[in-house]
Amino acid sequence: MLTNKKVLVLMILVLGLAFVLTGCGGDNKATSTGEKVIKIGFIGPLQGDVKTFGESTKNGFLMAIEQAGGKAGDYKIEYVIADDRNDATEAVNTATKLITQDKVKAIVGSVTSKTTIAASQLANDNKVVMITGTGTSPKVTVDNDKRKDFIFRGCFIDPFQGTVGAKFATETLKAKTAAILYDQGNDYTIGLSNFFKEQFTKSGGQILSMEAYSQTDVDFSAVLTNIAQQKPDILYLPDYYQKVSLIGKQAREKGINAIFLGGDGWDSTDLDYATMEGGYFTSHYSPDDPRPEVKTWVDAYKGKYNSVPDAFATLGYDATNLLLNAIKTANSDDPAKIKDALQASKDFSAVTGKLSFDKDGNPIKPAVILQIKDGKQAYVTTVTP
Amino acid sequence: MGGGEKPPPRFKNRSITAFSGFGPLYRNRQHSLLGVDMGVDVLEHVIGQVINGLQLGFMYALIALGYTMVYGVVKLINFAHGDVFMVGAFVGYLGFNQWGMPVPVAVLTSMAVCAILGVVIEKIAYRPLRYAPKIAALISALGVSLFLEYFCSLKFIFGPNYRVVQRPFEEVHWQLAGISISNIQVMVMVTVLFMLLMLQYLLYRTKVGMAMRTVSLDHDAARLMGVNVDSVISVTFAIGSALAAAGGVLYAIAYPQIQPFMGIMPGLKAFTAAVLGGIGIIPGAVLGALIMGQVETLTAAFLSSQLRDAIAFGILILVLLVRPCGILGKTETEKV
Repeated sequence: MLTNKKVLVLMILVLGLAFVLTGCGGDNKATSTGEKVIKIGFIGPLQGDVKTFGESTKNGFLMAIEQAGGKAGDYKIEYVIADDRNDATEAVNTATKLITQDKVKAIVGSVTSKTTIAASQLANDNKVVMITGTGTSPKVTVDNDKRKDFIFRGCFIDPFQGTVGAKFATETLKAKTAAILYDQGNDYTIGLSNFFKEQFTKSGGQILSMEAYSQTDVDFSAVLTNIAQQKPDILYLPDYYQKVSLIGKQAREKGINAIFLGGDGWDSTDLDYATMEGGYFTSHYSPDDPRPEVKTWVDAYKGKYNSVPDAFATLGYDATNLLLNAIKTANSDDPAKIKDALQASKDFSAVTGKLSFDKDGNPIKPAVILQIKDGKQAYVTTVTP
Repeated sequence: MGGGEKPPPRFKNRSITAFSGFGPLYRNRQHSLLGVDMGVDVLEHVIGQVINGLQLGFMYALIALGYTMVYGVVKLINFAHGDVFMVGAFVGYLGFNQWGMPVPVAVLTSMAVCAILGVVIEKIAYRPLRYAPKIAALISALGVSLFLEYFCSLKFIFGPNYRVVQRPFEEVHWQLAGISISNIQVMVMVTVLFMLLMLQYLLYRTKVGMAMRTVSLDHDAARLMGVNVDSVISVTFAIGSALAAAGGVLYAIAYPQIQPFMGIMPGLKAFTAAVLGGIGIIPGAVLGALIMGQVETLTAAFLSSQLRDAIAFGILILVLLVRPCGILGKTETEKV
């Protein structure tokens, strides 16, 4: 009985879905007399451990298409949404399906670096344009020093934050000396540290010490005692929020008065705000940014989803807009032409700032500096590279 | 425009006086031999680092004591010890942060919970394997360790996330002749010394202690002499686990961030410390732990923070090559 019922419900659902889909199709054909259609895909983790990242990015994706009126140039946009559950294998499967069955010409996604790296190889091999809003690993667009021509991203890569952090430290905070603590087993913190060091030295600053720790360490007293003696202006802590909170607390206890500085790994409600008070970190976007583009975007998003857009929604929105703009410019559904248009994007006005692409498909665009102030994140400034 | 603690700029008054000529020379290097400015306060700095090492060493000692005691009596390396330590830290944290207990009550609760946990672990995982080959019990211990880690990571137990511990009291630093000592450091040292004395008293001045030493020498002979081996081993696990719990709570106060996998690394280091001092010998555990703490801290401070563990463990290997039974270990062969 029960199974019968289930089957019945399922059949109704399928029928309903088929009706809706065919309905849509019919609709398309009706309006698209003389109009051309381009299919694009979206991949993101809509279930699993980073489900909220995927949901936010999808919201940004949908909003960009909606605001464009479902069109890019002469082309009507049709989209397919796919879930990779933040699993690299699943990402390859969904990308295969999008490319071979749905025959999409371009893909927005995925969200995390590991899934994006896996899917990007496939997209590139099949000559389908792919742009990720949030995959920050350099390996997304470059594989063994070989550029994947069809792959782009809408966010800056990890090492860039180090450069921006150092610029901010020397130019705005007028710092002359800095000490760095980094996790020697984590590419993210190594990348940020090295680029911070390079830029800081280039700007005339001096790195007093660069000390390593491992992920399981909880006692930093030895290196912090040394740093306390050196009295740097800046203590650069480019790790994720838990480790940073712990180091920050011990640093203050050792009498280090330096200003704390870090990267987007700080961006969590679980950061120890009391300890990190006064510290600065580099990130992709802030809803408090006073630029009119940001305000328009935040208001529009609030109107539709009733919440403040986070970095994922914003970067997803920017990536989709970049793609739509490229389709419009190329005025073609040929991925090779869209790719060229995308690569040629110049000073594209995105919510996260004006951006162009470098030769590796990474955007050249500003980063925002946020400060931990009164137990909250406050927008400080925007730093252009 | 900073909040509370925006520092004044400091770059003008760099305190290089006596050896200012070495300043530029040093500054171009990332790791000088003494990772500090060559000032008159080098000695104070070194002493400061030694105190850092002492704190770390006493922390390892807190865990190493329980390890070595259980080994001494049962001849079993209880790999779950570090995870019992983790449970202790969590119960203590829940006690004084969530349930509003005063600190001593939280510590006692945590010790009681872990004592029971220790006895249960022994009953379920070790007792049935007591006469099986040693390796079986060892694997069982590893299993218990992993079980505790992943079970405690479940959402309805402690959850997989980091928890920030609100210290029940603030850390206070005392300046003694230019050397800074904190109340937490003092508390840790006093606790370890107290535990050490209590254990020595228990083992050498009480009936239970005598029973433990008897069991340690020979299970079967002890049973023939009327010692209840099972209950003696249970008591051993209860005490060892309670010690781990006390260590866990102190650890959570000293390094105020806890998570279900926090016991692995300290457990491993404490185990190494116990072996270094001579496993099964109570004062050896403390000695080994103090040496570990010093070597690690001084390596990170004056040689290289990157090579901290490599050099620290390298030295341990050297020590063990010279004295395979540990520093205080008995080298004479067992009588057959």
